[in-house]
Amino acid sequence: MSDQTNPMRDAIHGAIAENPVILFMKGTPEAPACGFSARTVAILNALDKPFAAVNVLPDPQIRQELSALSGWPTIPQLFVDGELVGGCDIVSEMYESGELHELLGADGPAGQDEPVQEGTAEPAPLTIENRL
Amino acid sequence: MSATPQELKQRIEAGIPGAQAEVSGDGHHFNAVVTAAAFEGLSRIAQHRLVYEVFGSELGDRIHALSIQTRYR
Repeated sequence: MSDQTNPMRDAIHGAIAENPVILFMKGTPEAPACGFSARTVAILNALDKPFAAVNVLPDPQIRQELSALSGWPTIPQLFVDGELVGGCDIVSEMYESGELHELLGADGPAGQDEPVQEGTAEPAPLTIENRL
Repeated sequence: MSATPQELKQRIEAGIPGAQAEVSGDGHHFNAVVTAAAFEGLSRIAQHRLVYEVFGSELGDRIHALSIQTRYR
């Protein structure tokens, strides 16, 4: 299974590698399609950090491959510096404890010098879809 | 057949040794507070995975959404 060519998985992997903060969600940051995604976006916006967002709804394969790759069954999924941070529950807990701020603030050249600008931009979904 | 908080509670407690779960929910969206010594030393991701693994592919399907908070003693 993992030795077969899998363009979708490669595209997801690439998006995670290229974007220091990337959220896979239902809907878009402007129009989240699920309460959990909406809450996660609100938290990221509250931290005022730029992030890339991928809408998993247009193609069910995005979600399948994402979960296969991350080993995480639910959406949203937040990745920072290539690592899965968690879904809405974990992001919420980490926000409340201040850990998320620390993670996004400290561990990043992330954010400042990246092409992804201003939290509300959504280049990643286009990037992924355009590759397929 | 829709899931019940009681069913989720029993399955979490059976699936994670020593776990105690408090589950609320409406049959589709659930919230589980799970306390287990087994969580100690694990990352949040790993703790939540233990709970997710109890339900496997039922998540997102029969169990539409499961919100989780984990604790250890």
